[in-house]
Amino acid sequence: MNIIIPIKQVPETSNVKMDPETGTMIRDGVESIINPLDLYAIEVGIQLKEEHGGKVTVITMGPPSASKALKEAIAMGCDDGILITDRKFAGADTWSTAYVLAEAIKEIGEYDLVLAGERATDGDTGQVGPNIAAYLDLTLGTYISKVEEVNKEKIVVERLLEEGYEKLELPLPSLLTVVKEISYPRLPTLRGKQRARKTELPSLTVKDMNVDESKLGLKGSPTRVVKIETPKVTRGGTIVSAKDDDQLEAAVDKLVEFLKSKEIV
Amino acid sequence: MEYKNIWTMAETRNGNLKDVSFELLSRGRALADKLEESLVSVVIGNNVNKEQLNELILRGADKVIVVEDAKLSDFIVETYSNLLVDMIGNYRPNIILSAATVNGRTLMPHVAMRLHAGLTADCTDLDIEEETRNLLQTRPAIGGNILATIKTPDHRPQMATVRPKSSKPLDIDESRTGDIEYIKFNTSLLDNRVKKLESKHEVGGDINIQAAEIVIAGGKGMKKSENFTMLKELADNLGGVVGASRDAVDRGWATYPQQVGLSGKTVTPKLYVAVGVSGAIQHLAGMKTSEVIISVNSDPDAAIFQVSDFGIVGDLFEVIPLLNSKLAKEVK
Ligand SMILES: Cc1cc2nc3c(=O)[nH]c(=O)nc-3n(C[C@H](O)[C@H](O)[C@H](O)COP(=O)(O)OP(=O)(O)OC[C@H]3O[C@@H](n4cnc5c(N)ncnc54)[C@H](O)[C@@H]3O)c2cc1C
Ligand SMILES: Nc1ncnc2c1ncn2[C@@H]1O[C@H](COP(=O)(O)O)[C@@H](O)[C@H]1O
Repeated sequence: MNIIIPIKQVPETSNVKMDPETGTMIRDGVESIINPLDLYAIEVGIQLKEEHGGKVTVITMGPPSASKALKEAIAMGCDDGILITDRKFAGADTWSTAYVLAEAIKEIGEYDLVLAGERATDGDTGQVGPNIAAYLDLTLGTYISKVEEVNKEKIVVERLLEEGYEKLELPLPSLLTVVKEISYPRLPTLRGKQRARKTELPSLTVKDMNVDESKLGLKGSPTRVVKIETPKVTRGGTIVSAKDDDQLEAAVDKLVEFLKSKEIV
Repeated sequence: MEYKNIWTMAETRNGNLKDVSFELLSRGRALADKLEESLVSVVIGNNVNKEQLNELILRGADKVIVVEDAKLSDFIVETYSNLLVDMIGNYRPNIILSAATVNGRTLMPHVAMRLHAGLTADCTDLDIEEETRNLLQTRPAIGGNILATIKTPDHRPQMATVRPKSSKPLDIDESRTGDIEYIKFNTSLLDNRVKKLESKHEVGGDINIQAAEIVIAGGKGMKKSENFTMLKELADNLGGVVGASRDAVDRGWATYPQQVGLSGKTVTPKLYVAVGVSGAIQHLAGMKTSEVIISVNSDPDAAIFQVSDFGIVGDLFEVIPLLNSKLAKEVK
């Protein structure tokens, strides 16, 4: 079972601090990491390989420094990594990103499954997975929370919906986007890290691929960002203290009044 | 033929329209009025409730297009995408809005890719740029830390998914009239590769935190699973459902579908109550756009207070039971 996993490198946001005065993000020392939601895809990919044989290839489209994300994935247990990089890709929106990733997947060929994260924590669209499936005419399962059964021809999965779950049977190859519930990502091992250090990462650039240059980067992207605002973080609400019994009584009364003023009670 | 009119995608379940179908119409109505174009609600499903189809018109649609077939009763993205691509080719809508639900966020990118159309995810605001008449789409990004406004100048249709609960349905206007057009499903559009085997709907209904008007979320401060009954009681008193932070979910006190935040769900309820939740940036990303936020936390410096309209600094094990008893009296 050969698996391809597109992963994205994103800024580490768990330490993001907002400047309360200006409402802007303090970017000093913000590190780049593998999109945390992609770790779940990597974990299922490795588990499927361990059970059924084959190999896992991680790919990423980004600047040369994104190779760090590929190395990390290899340290977790993925086999190969391919960096898709070219200045001409800069400024790509989800359409153009998916176009390049899909063409790269075609280039790699020979796969049974493509696994993507549910969404990237920076762009936060969740569109690239379904986009790739549509472009390659691969059958698609989104929000997959469990793999129930796999054999040579098909995969049975559970899909998380707003009001429950559904079970789908898809042929192979297919593309799945996965949610956190599907796995518990392992940490890289020492041996993995050593192997990652030794693994060569081939790269693909525009000249290695069969792409239409008018569809690349900012120029090839249907959408345009016209404005960025940083919304104020604080709402300046009423904060009351309930340290002793009297305060407690008064605080809860005030809360009930507040709920009434908002017509909730 | 030029691209004209605004489409909103209704969502059905077992032949009934989901609330988001009506919410989208209030977005669509405002755009249609500005552009002086028609607002069309598109319904794909099977045996759809006729009264509700008419309600789409009473709540803002100028026209409803219905495609019904037994083969469309399950959402299979390949088939739905074939159908929508075909319809777009025939009718050429200018703008298509869908709810940012599990199915909306699956179907829209599938269709947009095939049409080389621009698609903006999870919008919280939509407007028309006066000079160009382009759709302006505003959405939170980077965990809600920025708001980006996006447009699609040269590609049509302009497509967007809209965050559920971020707008209210328009009131019913009995004087409104409009056409309901049924189109026949062309079975050559059917894609049989994926099979839906079964669906399991969660009992209790607690699971759909995105559709709820009121969400009571518990965090690590709840200390243990049993304490969540206190929150359930509060939710019952207020008519809401229980959500949770990731720490609470990871400890097994709540289920993953209840998780609010970056790696869980984004909710925009009328009221969000955070109890024993610190307000980490990843949690805020999932609830910051709630209309009213209330929090209870023993730490006066907890970040959750920054986004709260009303906060109590105190011990939740004292505050919540007292609140419950007072509310129980109010309800009576
Ligand atoms: C990639 C990534 C994705 C993530 N995604 C999510 C996500 O989707 N959702 C999410 O929630 N988190 C997410 N997190 C985790 C997030 O960073 C925080 O760790 C988490 O939100 C903290 O949960 P908490 O507020 O319940 O716990 P804590 O931060 O431990 O807060 C508990 C709070 O309870 C208060 N408290 C304790 N006892 C009492 C008492 N008796 N009375 C009143 N108050 C009390 C404390 O003062 C404290 O503020 C993510 C993290 C990463 C790195
Ligand atoms: N530049 C990229 N390189 C590789 N994979 C990506 C890239 N962008 C997005 N993806 C994949 O698509 C998923 C959804 O991303 P997004 O649509 O940006 O939210 C991610 O979880 C990744 O699996």
